[in-house]
Amino acid sequence: MELPSLDYRARSRRSLKETPAVRESVTAATRSFDDRRRAAFAGLDTDGLREWAEAVKSHALTGLHDHLELAEARLEERGVRVHWAETAEDVHAVVAAVAEEEGVRSAVKAKTMLSEEVELNPFLERIGIEVLETDLGEYIIQLLDEPPSHIVGPAIHRGIEEMRALFHDRFGTPPDATPEELAARARSVLRDAFLSADLGISGGNFLVAETGSVALIENEGNIRMSTSLPRVHIALVGIEKVLPHWSDLAAFLQLTAKSATGQPVGTFVSVIQGPGGSVADEPDGPEVVHVVLVDNGRTRLLADPEAWEALRCVRCGACLNICPVYRQTGGHAYGHVYPGPLGGIVTPGLIGLGRASPIPFASSLCGACGDVCPVRIPIPALLHTWRGRAVDAALTSRTTRAAMTAWGYAGTRPRLFAGAQRVIGLLPRGLVRRLPLLREWDLGREVPRPAERTFREIWKGGIE
Amino acid sequence: MKVSLLATCLVDSFLPPAALATVRLLRSFGVEVDFPEGQTCCGQPAWNAGHLAEARSMAEHTEAVFADAEFIVLPSGSCAAMLRCHYGELLPGGSAGGRAYELAEFLVEVLDVAEIGPGLTGRRLAYHHGCHALRELGVRDAPLGLLRAAGAEVVEWEMDEECCGFGGLFSVKNPEVSVAMADRKLDTLPEVEAVASADGGCLLQLEGRARRRGIDIAFRSLAELLWEARSGAS
Repeated sequence: MELPSLDYRARSRRSLKETPAVRESVTAATRSFDDRRRAAFAGLDTDGLREWAEAVKSHALTGLHDHLELAEARLEERGVRVHWAETAEDVHAVVAAVAEEEGVRSAVKAKTMLSEEVELNPFLERIGIEVLETDLGEYIIQLLDEPPSHIVGPAIHRGIEEMRALFHDRFGTPPDATPEELAARARSVLRDAFLSADLGISGGNFLVAETGSVALIENEGNIRMSTSLPRVHIALVGIEKVLPHWSDLAAFLQLTAKSATGQPVGTFVSVIQGPGGSVADEPDGPEVVHVVLVDNGRTRLLADPEAWEALRCVRCGACLNICPVYRQTGGHAYGHVYPGPLGGIVTPGLIGLGRASPIPFASSLCGACGDVCPVRIPIPALLHTWRGRAVDAALTSRTTRAAMTAWGYAGTRPRLFAGAQRVIGLLPRGLVRRLPLLREWDLGREVPRPAERTFREIWKGGIE
Repeated sequence: MKVSLLATCLVDSFLPPAALATVRLLRSFGVEVDFPEGQTCCGQPAWNAGHLAEARSMAEHTEAVFADAEFIVLPSGSCAAMLRCHYGELLPGGSAGGRAYELAEFLVEVLDVAEIGPGLTGRRLAYHHGCHALRELGVRDAPLGLLRAAGAEVVEWEMDEECCGFGGLFSVKNPEVSVAMADRKLDTLPEVEAVASADGGCLLQLEGRARRRGIDIAFRSLAELLWEARSGAS
C-alpha cells in the first residue's frame, strides 16, 4: 500500500496557527542547546575535530560489512545473541520471538529513536506487552500519546505549565509543582517499573567493532537501569553506528555530547559487552543480551553515491537546534521520526522520495546546519540533491515547475526578460496579488511594487 | 580597473537605487563600470528549487554575457555566492565564479578600502547578514566595518545571523513558516532607524512582512547606504 506523501506545509501551517506556544517552547529550547554547544566548543580546534570525525565515520561506512561481522563475532564470543534485521517487520519478529522465549510481559525502554523509526511501541502493545518509556521526556510524550518532537529532547515542544497540568491530572502533584517535584514523581513510577520489568530495550549510540561494545550516552540514569536491571536486554542498533576501533570511542562520546547539549560528556556512559558474568569482574547485568543490527533502508542509502554521507549522522541534533525552520514548529510538522535538516537528508533515503518529497524543501537552505554538523555532513548540498531528484521525478507542484520553466526560458532571452519585467510592472496591483506564487507571498507580506524604471532603463538613460 | 555590474534581477526590477548606488560608488573610487545589457538572472531561484536544467542555461547565459569582464560585482551576497560557489558544478571549466564579488567584499578585499566617507555619522542601524554572503562567501566583517567607519552605529542584534525566511521559492512553497521566520527577526529587532542588508530577497521579505504588520522602519540596501556615506547625501 502506498502511503500518502508527508504534507509539511499543511502540518506546519496547522502547528503555527493552532499551537503557537510550540513555536516559543521550541525556539527557547533549541537556542539554549545551541548556546551551550557554542560554549562547549569554545577554544577547541573544532574544525580539526570535525574533520577527524568525518574521516572515521566515512572509513567505518566504507568497510561497513567487515566491521559489522567483526562486531558480531566479538559479541557472540561473550554470549550476546546477534540478529540482523533488514526491515521494521524483521525487528518486530526478533523482539516477538525473544519475548515469547523469555516469557516477557512487561518492558522498560531507554530512549531510542530507532525504536520510533520501526514503530516498536505500537507493536509491543499489539502483542500484549506493557511498555514504559523511562527517559523523562519520552515518558511525558508517552503519557500524551505523541511522537517525539526532537531527537534529543523529545518533549521540548511542551512548556513547564503543560507538564505541571499533565502531572497534576495524572498523579495529583500540586498545580505549582517545581520541575524537581515533577521529576521525583516520575522517578518513583519508573523505579517500580525498572524493578518489575522482564525486558529492557535500548538503542545504541555507537557499536565498537573490534571489541564488540554497544555504547550509550544519557543524563538521567534510566538507560543504565533499563539495560542492567531487567533479566533480558535487547539493544536495537542501526548498522551505521559502527566505529571500527575502541580508541575512536572516547572522542566520539565527547563530540556527540558537546554537539547535542554542550556537555563535556554525557552524565552516564554505558558500555555493554555481554550478559552479567561474561566480562571479568562484572558479575552484574542481565542474564540474556540480544543485539539487533537494523538496516531498514540504510544499505540502500549507503549504495547511493550522491546521498550516502547522511549515514555519518550521530543523531546529536545540532542541526535541529540551529535550524530557523525547525524552530518555528518543532518536529511534528515533518510527519516523520527524523525532523529538520537531518530528516531532509535521511527520510527520503529511508522511506523513499515518493513519500518524503516535501521534506527536502522544508528548508530555506540558509546553510547553518552544515556549519555545525560534527561529522561534516554537507547537509545543504544533500538537501539540494534530493530537491533535484524530486524535480526530475515530477514530484513537485505543477505551478512551480511551470514557473521555473518559464523563468529559464526568459532568463536566456534578454529582450523577453526585460519585456516581462516591464509588463509585470504595468499590471494592476489587485491582479498581481492573485497570480500563482505571488498569492502565497501575499499571505502575510505586502507584494513589492516594481520600480517605475528598471535599472536597465536607468542605465540606458545614462548615469551622472 | 574595469568592473562589470551584475545588477541581479531583483535589484533591477524592485531596487534599482541599489544598482545606481553601486555604479556611483565604484566610479568614485576611479573604477570604470559597465553594465552588460544581455544580463538577466543568475539562475539562483532555479538552482535552489532543484531545477538544474534551467539553472544551467541561465548560468551559461551569464557566463557568456560576462565573458570579457575582469571583475563582476553584484549588490547581492546570494547571487555572488551562486556564481562563486555553484557555477562550477553547473559549468565545469567556467570562470565567472572566480571573478564574482559581493560589493562590500570587493571594496574591502580588492580595492583595499577601509573608509569611504563620514556620511552616516550618528545613524543607528541594524545589519541583517544574508545567509549566503555569510556562510558561502564568508563575508561578515566587510559590510560592518564600512558602515562603522562611515560613522554609523551598527547595533547588536541577537538574530542578525539567522535566516529571514526568504529562501527563494521557499518563501512561496512554505509561506506560513517563511513569515514566522521573518517575524522572529522583526520581533527581536533593536530600536533602530533602518535595517540594512546586502541581499534584495531578504530586504523584500523583511520589508513585505513589516509593512503588512504596520511596523514603521526603513529597509535599506547596503549599496545605497555606502553611497550615502561616500557622498554625504541622504
